[in-house]
Amino acid sequence: MLVEILFYIFSTILVCAALGMIVARNTVYSALSLVLCFVTSAAIWLLVQAEFLAIILVLVYVGAVMVLFLFVVMMLDVNVEELREGFVRYKWLGLVTAAAVIVEIVGVVWARSLGVDISKVPVPVGADFSNTRELGLVLYTKYAYPFELAAVLLLVAIVAAIALTMRRRPGLKVQDINRQVATRAQDRLRIIKMDAEKRP
Amino acid sequence: MITLGQMLTLSGVLFALAVAGIFLNRKNVILLLMCVELLLLAANFNFIAFSRFLGDINGQVFVFFVLTVAAAESAIGLAILVVLFRERRSINVQDMNTLKG
Repeated sequence: MLVEILFYIFSTILVCAALGMIVARNTVYSALSLVLCFVTSAAIWLLVQAEFLAIILVLVYVGAVMVLFLFVVMMLDVNVEELREGFVRYKWLGLVTAAAVIVEIVGVVWARSLGVDISKVPVPVGADFSNTRELGLVLYTKYAYPFELAAVLLLVAIVAAIALTMRRRPGLKVQDINRQVATRAQDRLRIIKMDAEKRP
Repeated sequence: MITLGQMLTLSGVLFALAVAGIFLNRKNVILLLMCVELLLLAANFNFIAFSRFLGDINGQVFVFFVLTVAAAESAIGLAILVVLFRERRSINVQDMNTLKG
């Protein structure tokens, strides 16, 4: 019973935060609403006993991805009003699409004929059950190759992000260590032999 | 206890909200990226629900991979966004018409 009440509370917060994200005037508020979405999702995942993924969601999404989003939002000087024109124009299209998607998904989920027992309640696991251990047991054996591919993908993403955003501005006074070290005295200094001159 | 139907309905509502967000904020690239993150979160809800309620841990491994790919996607997407803003001084989707014939 308590779990159900908590589930409804967190779901309400989650849906309200998602709604706030898509209608907020300011992009910073949108990003913060999305942070709230991720935190409440992590709470719901805890309720269904997916503890490892809940912690990963908070660490990776709230800790890294959303901070990156906020960083970019605040770094770019964006004219928000200009971007919001057309919001009212497409309001009904958005509402109709959302309603259609909800009706379709809920219809499929609650359809009795598909043979999925939606009133199914999970088998409660004991206190000594470790979700992380169970996940690790398959992740490092059965999914070892995809796991390494995921690591390579992250590496490629790091390299791509750095390569895309790195720029060399012309006319900037920067040290080129290679050229400094390779300099020889005869390139810089010229010794001239000349006769002494009388002071005028 | 939470039933499978409740979890799937919640994920459906979340997915629909994200789709509506893509329609409403079709000019702001940052919000489009955020809505894609929300779509992936809704998909993850489905994976976790089925994994938990069918007693199969493999679904949670897939959530792990979806999280990895989503993190890579948003990192590269935001990098492209920063480069785009540097070139155009705008992140409006309608300003991206260089390749238009």
